[in-house]
Amino acid sequence: MRRPSIVWLSLLMGVLSGAVSLTVAAPLGFDDARHLLTRTSYAATPTDIESFAQLSREQAADRLLAWTDKPRTTPAPGWVHEPVYSGLQFRDMTAEQRRDVQRINVARGFELRGWWLQEMVTTPSPLTEKMVLFWHNHFVSSQQKVRQPQYLYRQNLLLREHALGNFGTFLHAIARDPAMVIYLDNASNRKGQPNENFAREVMELFTLGEGHYTESDVKEAARAFTGWSIDPSTGAFLYRVQAHDDGMKTVLGKTGPLDGGAVLDILLAQPQTAQLIVRKLWREFISAEPDEAEVRRIASVFRDSRYNIRTALRAMLVSDAFYAPQHRAALIKSPVDLVVGTLRQFQFTTSDAQPFALVVAQLGQNLFSPPNVKGWPGGESWINATTLLARKQFLDRLFRAEEMRPMMMAAAQRPVPAGNPAAAMRQRLSRAMSEIHFDSQQWWQQAGNAAAPVQRMVLAAAPQHPLPGDVTGLDAIRRLTQDPVYQLK
Amino acid sequence: MIRRDFLKAAGLAGAGSVLAWLPTAARATDYQKLLIMVELKGGNDGLNTVIPYTDPRYADLRPRLAIARDQVLQLDESVGLNPAMLALMPLWKSGEVAVVQGVGYPSANLSHFRSIEIWDTASKSNEFLQDGWLTRTFAQAPVPQAFAADAVVVGSGELGPFSGSGTRAIALTNTEQFLQQAKLAVPAGQAHNAALKHLIRVEQNILQAASKLHANQTFRTVFPQTAFGNAIRTAAQVAASRGGVAALKLSLNGFDTHSGQMGTHTRLLRELAEGLVALKASLSESGLWDSTLVCTYAEFGRRPKENLSAGTDHGSASVHFVLGGKVKGGLYGQYPSLERLDSTGNPQFAVDYRSIYATVLERWWGVNSQLPLRGRYAPLGFLTV
Repeated sequence: MRRPSIVWLSLLMGVLSGAVSLTVAAPLGFDDARHLLTRTSYAATPTDIESFAQLSREQAADRLLAWTDKPRTTPAPGWVHEPVYSGLQFRDMTAEQRRDVQRINVARGFELRGWWLQEMVTTPSPLTEKMVLFWHNHFVSSQQKVRQPQYLYRQNLLLREHALGNFGTFLHAIARDPAMVIYLDNASNRKGQPNENFAREVMELFTLGEGHYTESDVKEAARAFTGWSIDPSTGAFLYRVQAHDDGMKTVLGKTGPLDGGAVLDILLAQPQTAQLIVRKLWREFISAEPDEAEVRRIASVFRDSRYNIRTALRAMLVSDAFYAPQHRAALIKSPVDLVVGTLRQFQFTTSDAQPFALVVAQLGQNLFSPPNVKGWPGGESWINATTLLARKQFLDRLFRAEEMRPMMMAAAQRPVPAGNPAAAMRQRLSRAMSEIHFDSQQWWQQAGNAAAPVQRMVLAAAPQHPLPGDVTGLDAIRRLTQDPVYQLK
Repeated sequence: MIRRDFLKAAGLAGAGSVLAWLPTAARATDYQKLLIMVELKGGNDGLNTVIPYTDPRYADLRPRLAIARDQVLQLDESVGLNPAMLALMPLWKSGEVAVVQGVGYPSANLSHFRSIEIWDTASKSNEFLQDGWLTRTFAQAPVPQAFAADAVVVGSGELGPFSGSGTRAIALTNTEQFLQQAKLAVPAGQAHNAALKHLIRVEQNILQAASKLHANQTFRTVFPQTAFGNAIRTAAQVAASRGGVAALKLSLNGFDTHSGQMGTHTRLLRELAEGLVALKASLSESGLWDSTLVCTYAEFGRRPKENLSAGTDHGSASVHFVLGGKVKGGLYGQYPSLERLDSTGNPQFAVDYRSIYATVLERWWGVNSQLPLRGRYAPLGFLTV
């Protein structure tokens, strides 16, 4: 296989910049800027690469982190402030009424996915959305169980509030979040009849990781969380003192009349907690195989900052590991990365990005509905024969939008059966696909006006199928986005 | 992670323990024999599928939904088929249908989502595994490389028992369409990292399946004009391609009958029975019925006591069908007692679903079942081979 010299060049530059950065804050240059932006911001547009290429690692990380203070841009659907239905109200409904409520919940679930997807596509701070999704996949709750989308909207706001804040405060807040209380059954955790679901997952998945606690710790912690419930009339968190077990408990060697908050503090005091979070951030931003020595180093920076997430992320984004040549093009794009990244990278114009949430779901990442409490496993599991063909077909259609237009317009006109929110969303997707626009001429010129620079911008590594010399413009972009390397970031 | 642990466990098991496990007449893995899994999505009401027509509690629990005793198609002196499954009776009489009663697992989970995941991954109800039970099987006993694919999923993108990494699973709705879509796949070369290697391998799997499957088989069998009927036709076409697949998965949707169950359930059972009959007819045309095993499965059954909407809520133990030319027809397992219901009002299971899987693995394919199922489950006697 012929390896284009560009790889060697960037490798050499990577080594040089690594060596030099110890003394002088060297500018990132094209490849490092591209890498940083693709990993943190879904895509690297020509303009962004140009400006980030001038910055040092530290300046670049600081700029991205500063952008996360920008407010979100997409207005929430109107219904998010409507009161939730209580269990009692449900009980008094007829079967038809219940079915209607269920149908509305499903339809609103689609709207909520669309709202978030739109924000990802249009936000001036993509890193914010990456982090909110990171936490959605950590502190998992799913509409499959929570049902009423108002809860998930409120949880999403909570994830936003803390996404780059303090992990300790975040953990305390999420444990009291109504969607979480419902999702992990703490609502039915009461004195004398403890439900261990939340206690187990908070240790196994949210903080310590498997092997760092015992079954007895789970049982004792479950007692500490008894009474953490929700007010059925408002849907707000409610501490039911009469349902709380105020007896003595021992969790990880600490004994006392512990309540839920005290247990969370015990978990936060364990070094494993910071390591678990750092390992997960590593898999999101650096590579599939965390370097344990580096994990320990960054975890101690994280703990020393009293769990400042921004500090941990910054440490990661300025690290040599982040820019190491062996970690380039080593991660598989998630469905969100692929869909949002492509729309952003090529500056598609669309009046309605929301139905692309449906594409993301078809590719295996149904927002607000992760497969289970462990979240999406990610990595190689994103890609199987079905999802890979679906990815290729989506990209093919996107870059054939002009010729597909009559077909998509016809699909958008077809009547949708009443009360079928999925069909309605599919129709909306057809309409969006019929209206989408990509100025390939302008983009090609802006991206370098020749095969080599465009290739370097679109792909994280040398293509499997190098462009023939005479191919340009839209045809070249189509080929590059069908290359397996396009699935990598 | 789990997969790696599993492989490690498989490696550690070593020759000694594997030999200790093997039955005296050990056979080679025989993936020429086809497995077809039929998922009854939503959770089929077992109680109204195979009906305990002599049990007075049945009518008490189902004031609006009970099937009248004289309507039931008797299988023996205490249970009978729902009359909507009339089409299946000739197969029952020729001894090609095994009815496994009371299938379930300990600590039943009543969420669709979670419970089907338990079935698909053969997990305990408190563990979360990524790889499907057949993915783990194929990792341990690989399907021949020359096969078109390890498995084909018809009519849904959900890989179910083939989920996770490693299985060459292809999902398609109809063969022509897949062959069309697969034109987007292109053979590629060397990979410089694990992620790219995986992508290239999957693309290669698509190409291989596309090169070995064809869509030009015609059948005399008349397929039902339903989505399930179309899926049956596709399955028959894939099986007849002779490119080789070890397993197929089909699904019939709509069993989540919380209200007004009677009409829907009758239609679904008829579709199921007629679909299975068409499957047998088309596979027999290709001479494949004797080398095919068909198993139904679902996330759960439904609650014995009907609800106030003339429907049924999520249950636990249920009944499943096994069909094929080498099936020893009859009743297996034990009908759950309608007297001893648990705190959710659901019956106790008699047969762990993993016993059905163990039968498939050990008796049908001749594969060790203990490693992929992560435990020892006694096979059932529903095969003549």
